[in-house]
Amino acid sequence: MAGEKKAGEKKAGEKKAGEKKPAQKKAEEKKPADKKPVEKKAGQKKVREKKPKKYHASRNPVLARGIGRYSRSAMYARKALYKRKYTAPETKIEKKKKEKPRATIIKPVGGDKNGGSRVVKVRKMPRYYPTEDVPRKLLSHGKKPFSQHKRRLRASITPGTVLILLTGRHRGKRVVFLKQLGTGLLLVTGPLAINRVPLRRAHQKFVIATSTKVDISGVKIPKHLTDAYFKKKKLRKPKHQEGEIFDTEKEKYELTEQRKTDQKAVDSQILARIKKVPQLRGYLRSTFCLSNGVYPHKLVF
Amino acid sequence: VFKRFVEIGRVAFISFGRHAGKLVAIVDVIDQNRALVDGPCTGVRRQAMPFKCMQLTDFVIKFPHSARQKCVRRAWEKENINEKWAATRWAKKIEAREKKAKMTDFDRYKVMKAKRMRNRIIKHEIKKLQKKTTKKVKKTEKKEK
Repeated sequence: MAGEKKAGEKKAGEKKAGEKKPAQKKAEEKKPADKKPVEKKAGQKKVREKKPKKYHASRNPVLARGIGRYSRSAMYARKALYKRKYTAPETKIEKKKKEKPRATIIKPVGGDKNGGSRVVKVRKMPRYYPTEDVPRKLLSHGKKPFSQHKRRLRASITPGTVLILLTGRHRGKRVVFLKQLGTGLLLVTGPLAINRVPLRRAHQKFVIATSTKVDISGVKIPKHLTDAYFKKKKLRKPKHQEGEIFDTEKEKYELTEQRKTDQKAVDSQILARIKKVPQLRGYLRSTFCLSNGVYPHKLVF
Repeated sequence: VFKRFVEIGRVAFISFGRHAGKLVAIVDVIDQNRALVDGPCTGVRRQAMPFKCMQLTDFVIKFPHSARQKCVRRAWEKENINEKWAATRWAKKIEAREKKAKMTDFDRYKVMKAKRMRNRIIKHEIKKLQKKTTKKVKKTEKKEK
């Protein structure tokens, strides 16, 4: 038996060879199924490390429903919880928290006969306490900031759909949908060569989705086209000059080279696919309009 | 004055109601307002139907009054009513109307382009003919002079 044990230990876990003997003894003490580990060892030496845990039945016999024989403290002793104290593994956050920042700093001080340096507190006490504290805000629920809102997209709008813009300077134009951006706005392109609509953002609500779709399956849209890329820039220097307060820095929009290259990169891929569908190019060039006898609620888009 | 009559075997087109758009054969007349009607090949069960929702077609099939569905079906298929109906202008107009209502925006654009092309060709031919006649008139005027 002893011989077998040793042989088994060597084969099963060479790392834990030393630990296994005492560990095994403990296991035998605690768990009533003593013979099982030994038997298993003889047959399957590798499975021994992953033995399923056997839990003891309740050590607190039931007197009546909801009432046990032993009190809390008696149960503590019976379950030997004094031996079983576990701590959760220290998380990275806790590790970081341990690094306490310095509370004081030694700063040099000028002047003669001043001692050369002073010990200064890094975080000082407040110099003013208001007479009335700020009242506690009532708990609110589910009020998320815009950045955490859920973005939805109509089922009729999928990448490659032809959309009709309804507002803005490009109203009435038919345009190809590329993708939905982080804020929920739709990234859309003319393409520029067809109807002078550049890579632009459009709002879902102000757009009609037609059932015409262009196959955009393989088109790669550059990843830097995000909301920050399209956001309008405001430049205003705080220096006021009495004569020209209302003269803002950027009145005119200036076309950057990056926009041109991005436009080209995207459009070249899309134009190729548009040319494959007959008459689609002319369709994208045309604008949408209502005339006599045309009722939007009766139209199928 | 009247060419289509309500008679046994008259094929009628149902204009409104649950079976709108389907054809049925009049099997029997119940009273002044209703008829026993059956459409075995068009998916209408044998039932009473008011005359108001029926519109008579030109087709009449032969079977005795109150004939059972099997007989109506046989007569219907013998006359090939479904195909004849699809060939009528009435049915074609209905189909065209349905297609027009289903047109998508892209289809409307294509139709617009096609119509424009067609009209241009027509106008072109007209202009050509007009030119011919003006030339002839000019010639005859010259001769008279």
